[in-house]
Amino acid sequence: MAGIEDTASLATAEADVTHDAARRLDAVFRGGAGVFSVLLVLIAWELFARSGKVTAFMLPPFSAVVERIYVDAVSGDLWINLGLTVARAMTGFVIAAVLGIALGASMSRSRLIRWFFDPIISVGFPMPKIAFLPIIILWLGVYDVSKISIVVFDAIFPVVTATLAGIAAVDRELIWSARNMGASEREVMWQIKLPAALPQILTGLQVALPISLIVAIIGEMVMGGYGLGGAMMSASRFADSRGVFAGIVEIAVVGYALIKTMAVVRRRLLVWHQETAEHS
Amino acid sequence: MQAMTQASLRYLPLLLLALGWEVTARFNLIDSQALPPLTHVASAWVDLVRDGELVDNGAASLYRGAMGLLLAVVVGGGLGILMARWRLLDVFVNPLVELFYPLPKSALIPVTVLWLGFGDGSKILLIFLGCMIPVTIGAYNGARGSDQALIWSARSMGAGRLRLLWDVVVPSALPELLNGIRTALALAFILLVSSELIVSQQGFGYLIGYLGSTGAYEGMYAVVLTVAFLGFAADRLYQLLMQWLLQWRE
Repeated sequence: MAGIEDTASLATAEADVTHDAARRLDAVFRGGAGVFSVLLVLIAWELFARSGKVTAFMLPPFSAVVERIYVDAVSGDLWINLGLTVARAMTGFVIAAVLGIALGASMSRSRLIRWFFDPIISVGFPMPKIAFLPIIILWLGVYDVSKISIVVFDAIFPVVTATLAGIAAVDRELIWSARNMGASEREVMWQIKLPAALPQILTGLQVALPISLIVAIIGEMVMGGYGLGGAMMSASRFADSRGVFAGIVEIAVVGYALIKTMAVVRRRLLVWHQETAEHS
Repeated sequence: MQAMTQASLRYLPLLLLALGWEVTARFNLIDSQALPPLTHVASAWVDLVRDGELVDNGAASLYRGAMGLLLAVVVGGGLGILMARWRLLDVFVNPLVELFYPLPKSALIPVTVLWLGFGDGSKILLIFLGCMIPVTIGAYNGARGSDQALIWSARSMGAGRLRLLWDVVVPSALPELLNGIRTALALAFILLVSSELIVSQQGFGYLIGYLGSTGAYEGMYAVVLTVAFLGFAADRLYQLLMQWLLQWRE
């Protein structure tokens, strides 16, 4: 049992998959081939749903689902649900990012803090944290505090491990020369270690982002109320299959937009890094 | 002996957490309904094992998880490797993988329920669909990276198509494929527990929800900790398996 190194490798495994998929997603959609294949899938959906081989309950035609989304958009329900889900996921994500980077940085500086959190992080990372949701509900109720807390609890682990691994990999000579020139520990952290570790920290954030969205939706499904997850669950309870499929399409669009935005942010923040030069 | 001391020093913080929990609960620093003492949770766990509830529900969950993951590995792994070797398939399927990759997988829960109801089928389908993407991506990347020189030399030695796939492409795709499966394993636990929490009549998630709604919080904590431990243990065991499968390298 090698402790946090094992966990860091889980983070890398997830990051490999995430990173690569995001990169290829970019390439495919820029090429326009993606638009074509998306259209092909949508047409196939429409034709299959109308062929009479499945009932409209099992698979409503895509046009009916779009109509439903349009109706919800006009009535305003769509924007309320969409806004709440994105707000919960992103609030949780930002809190997890700030706390996770702070904890990772403190662990890299203090042996005591590292000793205390190392086993907690390495045991906690591979755990299905979502199982703790009923306990969080018991403590904090079924409102926004719970829905955001479970997101933070789930999304913070990849950020901590990525920050820790990123700082550990910073070139020693950079740190020594900064110290030689009289930089304080605080300056070394803010001006050398964190910027140099930024690519890895961003990769950790790119793993945490889809987790945030997945968990925010689960939280809404379990606790109910407004939000895309809650709306899908109530549609499913009333056997309203158009509502369920409308939810999937909406959530897919949100997921795509957020992941895409994150990739753009990464390129912006890493303009100075050779990684960006290689891609352009 | 020294290794033992080192290991116990390493995991001491977890013991401290457990102690902190026990003390907080004993002295009623937090409402003991919301946080029962760890010792009570332990005895509730023993009761749940004895009357078979934990074992029966656990077996149902593990069966669903294992079936879904197995299907995802077979179908996703096969698809990824074939995509890497066969351009026509790549052109058709790759955009679909891209399309479904960013979809937050939990959105599929109500749909699988709509299609297959509350039982095993909907959970297996959910885990299969959710876990297939990371496995496919891992297999695809791994197989595309296989050394062209190895493929040529195997061909010149008269290896057939299948033989070539099995003896050259699959082993070289293995490291990335195994990484993809590791991601899928963690995802499988998340999807399993959450779908059981939301709609189910059996399984770990159901048991957690049931015990919580009847106010049996000690039992609820016991099941939550069991699931969390299983997720952790599964990842560590899988790592050992990975090391063993990859020991021919180097």
